[in-house]
Amino acid sequence: MTGDLIQGVVSGTIMYGAPLLYVTLGEVIGQRAGMVNLGLEGIMLIGASVGFAVASDSGNPWVGIGAAGVAGALFNLVYGYLVVNRKANQLASGLAVMFLGIGVSAMIGRAYVGKGIAGLVRYQIPGISNISWVSKTMFSYDLLVYFAVPIAFVVWWFLFRTRWGLSLRAVGESPAAAFAAGRRISWLKYQAALVCGFLGGVAGAHLSVALARTWTEGMTGGRGFIAVALVIFSKWHPLRAIVGALLFGGAVTLQLQLQAKGSSISPFVLNMIPYALTLGVLLVWGGARRFAAPAALGRVYHGEE
Amino acid sequence: MARLLRATVRKMQTGWVIAGRRYVIILVVAIAAYAAVLLLAGKDPIKAYVDTFSFTLGSSYGFSEVLVRMIPLLLTAVAVALPSRLGLINVGGEGQLYMGAWLATWGAITFTSLPQAAFVPLLIVLGFLGGGAWASVAGFFRARGLVNETITTLLMNYIAPLIIGFFVYGSWRSREIGASAFPQSPAFPSAARLPQFFGTRVHLGLVLALVALALYWFVVERTKWGLKMRAIGGNPEAARRVGIRLGIYMVTVMFVAGGIAGLAGMAEVSALFGRLRAGFSPGYGFVGFLISWLTNGSPLGILVMSFVLAIVFSGGSLLQITQGVPFAAINVLMAIILLVVLARPRLAWVPSRRRP
Repeated sequence: MTGDLIQGVVSGTIMYGAPLLYVTLGEVIGQRAGMVNLGLEGIMLIGASVGFAVASDSGNPWVGIGAAGVAGALFNLVYGYLVVNRKANQLASGLAVMFLGIGVSAMIGRAYVGKGIAGLVRYQIPGISNISWVSKTMFSYDLLVYFAVPIAFVVWWFLFRTRWGLSLRAVGESPAAAFAAGRRISWLKYQAALVCGFLGGVAGAHLSVALARTWTEGMTGGRGFIAVALVIFSKWHPLRAIVGALLFGGAVTLQLQLQAKGSSISPFVLNMIPYALTLGVLLVWGGARRFAAPAALGRVYHGEE
Repeated sequence: MARLLRATVRKMQTGWVIAGRRYVIILVVAIAAYAAVLLLAGKDPIKAYVDTFSFTLGSSYGFSEVLVRMIPLLLTAVAVALPSRLGLINVGGEGQLYMGAWLATWGAITFTSLPQAAFVPLLIVLGFLGGGAWASVAGFFRARGLVNETITTLLMNYIAPLIIGFFVYGSWRSREIGASAFPQSPAFPSAARLPQFFGTRVHLGLVLALVALALYWFVVERTKWGLKMRAIGGNPEAARRVGIRLGIYMVTVMFVAGGIAGLAGMAEVSALFGRLRAGFSPGYGFVGFLISWLTNGSPLGILVMSFVLAIVFSGGSLLQITQGVPFAAINVLMAIILLVVLARPRLAWVPSRRRP
């Protein structure tokens, strides 16, 4: 019984942590380029609805995931345009994208409410089913889950080991210096916004296509905002984001497992765990963030004209 | 003297004309863009607009419903506008609204034997306290430099409805026969219902909202505090050096703002439903944010835009029934309005205002 619970929690932590890792990585890239994007909630919803719709119509979940990524990237161009070209306030621009995402996803998903889908194929880790104490249904994941951590390393490598990453971080730290060094700031910011939107869209589609396998309005439940909080927690570092995502995935799973096991705690209290945990984590680690945040985060750069 | 007066009046008039023209242009662009969205979704935009306007402005019942919708929008918009003077971004109107409703409900179902003359002030105080306490948490964290109030208020928006759910599905769940199908609190005693006027659903909340808006205008434009707030918002570092205690201002302002949003929640449950229900707000708190942002916190602008968005909301419910447009689609219209403002199209006939 307890063994099952622990296995369930570990297995679920990884599964629910994966989509959050994708979206958090997207936000890390965006914020490293100096852009706080509160619109990820809307982008995830777009990804979830487009991904589900395309997967359902085409019968191929991977086509759905790909379409969701592209849709998320294109959708985030709205944010990029406002922030880069129009030099609008980033928080308000993010919220505009959020509103748009909530509304558009509801319209896209309307025809798909209540429909089911086969979802992504799950593969068990080879050899794990031979271990006697592991139950047969645990530790089998779809490919997106397996890719999540490697992609965090790829993001890390791009940000910290390539010229592109250096330029991107320079834009976030000191746009004036980056501009003086001949970097095209607007273009770099757009690239960051595209990657951020792509990852957000994939994360949303992962929720609808692979985990829930249904579409419901507002199904992301604030994960876009939690990702923003996790970026602060992870101190803008893609590898620390893995820890943050697992923490959140753990909170979600613990809640689901306790509910499934018929815990006497009210499901409403359990549902608060992820949000309360995110806030608590921010409180504990929040103090140190000033030194880790990109220096030009949220600022408007007027120089390049 | 008379010359000065005339000059001032003229200046004010041109200011109003510019502001008015700005809102009209924003709305025209947004309405056109939303029509395109409806068209893409396979709906008939012209019928949608005709239905919406003939219902909301063409019938006295429809108009009274617009006023009812306007109440929570006015209150939550003030709840965002006030802290924004300090440079604080309160995106938590939704959660604060729920917590105001929560504490007011506690009062209503606990002190059941009070007369109405005592109940109404009690509900106002409780609604204010509930929302205020909830918001001041975010103010406190910000004041201590721990977490940004934007992210705190956003996350707390997700917690507040769960608290409501905990009570309405739990200890407060009504045991009346026939009521059990829909989880909700017991009915408020009739003395705990805010009075409604003219045989419509328009209720005392409208008076509260207008008073809150007037007080907001007065404090911000006419008092020392308002000036200080603007000074802090404009340059917190300078304000700190002058010796203004920022933290106290932040917590107090967030408390008052949350309280005002709490009044909206209290008024909704007390006047309209007479019970607390899970998920009773269709996102009023977020719309309040939108209104405050669109109008730059101008009191007159808040009044006008609340009215306009109340029409949007009424239209949203109507179109859901008549054309099967999901209610969430009104978010698209709101987003388009916000996008137009943020993008500040540089056309000769659009008077744009620079934002900080």
